[in-house]
Amino acid sequence: MANLRGLQEGIVNSQIWKSVFRVGIPNTNRKRVLAVLGSLILHLHPVKVRRSGVRMSYTWCMGGTSFFLFLVETVTGLLLMFYYRPTIEYAFTDIMDLREQAPFGIMREMHRWGAHAMVIAVWLHMFRVFMTGSYKPPREFNWNVGVILLVLTLLLSFTGYLLPWDQLAIWAITVGSSMARASPGAGNEGPMSSLVKLGDIRLIHAGDDARFALIGGRSIGAATLLRFYVLHCVVIPLAAGFLMAIHFWRVRKDGGISGPL
Amino acid sequence: MSDKITPYQMVAKTPLAGSAAAGIREQGEITRRSFPFVLTAAWLALTAALAGLGGILGRFLFPNVLFEPVQKFKAGLPSDYSVGEVDERWKDKYGVWLVRTEENMYALITVCTHLGCTPNWLPTQNKFKCPCHGSGYYKSGINFEGPTPRPLERAKIFIDVADGQIVVDKSKQFHQERGEWTDPEAFIKM
Repeated sequence: MANLRGLQEGIVNSQIWKSVFRVGIPNTNRKRVLAVLGSLILHLHPVKVRRSGVRMSYTWCMGGTSFFLFLVETVTGLLLMFYYRPTIEYAFTDIMDLREQAPFGIMREMHRWGAHAMVIAVWLHMFRVFMTGSYKPPREFNWNVGVILLVLTLLLSFTGYLLPWDQLAIWAITVGSSMARASPGAGNEGPMSSLVKLGDIRLIHAGDDARFALIGGRSIGAATLLRFYVLHCVVIPLAAGFLMAIHFWRVRKDGGISGPL
Repeated sequence: MSDKITPYQMVAKTPLAGSAAAGIREQGEITRRSFPFVLTAAWLALTAALAGLGGILGRFLFPNVLFEPVQKFKAGLPSDYSVGEVDERWKDKYGVWLVRTEENMYALITVCTHLGCTPNWLPTQNKFKCPCHGSGYYKSGINFEGPTPRPLERAKIFIDVADGQIVVDKSKQFHQERGEWTDPEAFIKM
């Protein structure tokens, strides 16, 4: 017993242990605070949480659930990237292989169901924030960040929807991206676009409008698949991650998790 | 002279006096008066550089070359097509229906003008019907049901004088709602 105690003392007092855990055993309030503040992972969490912040009936934990699902999507998506090739030759067959040949064929289903769940969780989070009045000053800026995050969540779903490259995907993206044709002043059928002319020649047409930039061509094709893949795997997750950092930070700075101020 | 130090005296007494920084100031390279202009010029240069960078990034999203199916093709002789029928032989390859009537012949583009799906030709109901949202078009391409706001588009069509074959050129399209279907390039007179 004394030997075990001695071993523990030896480990905890060693140079290596102290280089990782600066504070030592957090056995006083001061050390507990320092332990939280001195750790990258733990400092994301507030030192003190108000009672209403951990009441499930009040928060529904939907913000936390959304973030958890984002992490699930990141991990499962990363694993899928080892098997999936975003070209029209391979995309569909790789999806089939993911289900039938790759180990844990459920991985793709987890990514898919996680995506559905994330959209639902984000909406419910927004609903809860609205119903508890948590969008009111001083939290109005964070509400707006949240709205952008909602849009990014929907865009992640939209871009991911094309990647299986089946009939449903192609026509859904045909329909969805056709809405970009109606962008004011940027889509070739949008309001004011017909006014942009050089003599008789219309400058905004199907070959250079907003939809063209989105899908990399005049119709859904190889360029669209690659574009949506890059948007889905890199651009939108990075943007969402950056905004989530701001979102969580502002939750703390604006008075902590929702509750009476 | 009072002991009170005026702001000017405070400036004069700063460690800058006589130093290299003060030397630059005395040479007139950056003075108190010129500094706002220098600052403005610097900000304008930065803004211009960022705008240029934004322009480059935006332009990068528009490819110079598109790898799409050819837009212009020969479709055989008019006698290959029977009167009164919607011909689907080029639908998969080139995305057009050729329709021959008593008076003329025209090429309808197989893209629904609602949101871009491919409608189906239903011979028994004598109409085009889009599977996505149910837009319906007559054989002429005029819309009559569903959410679509306007008729199908027609492609440029003409007879090659060398061999008498029909040529369809999708790069030129004719909109009925703009009154372009009466254009002589929008149909072949039979």
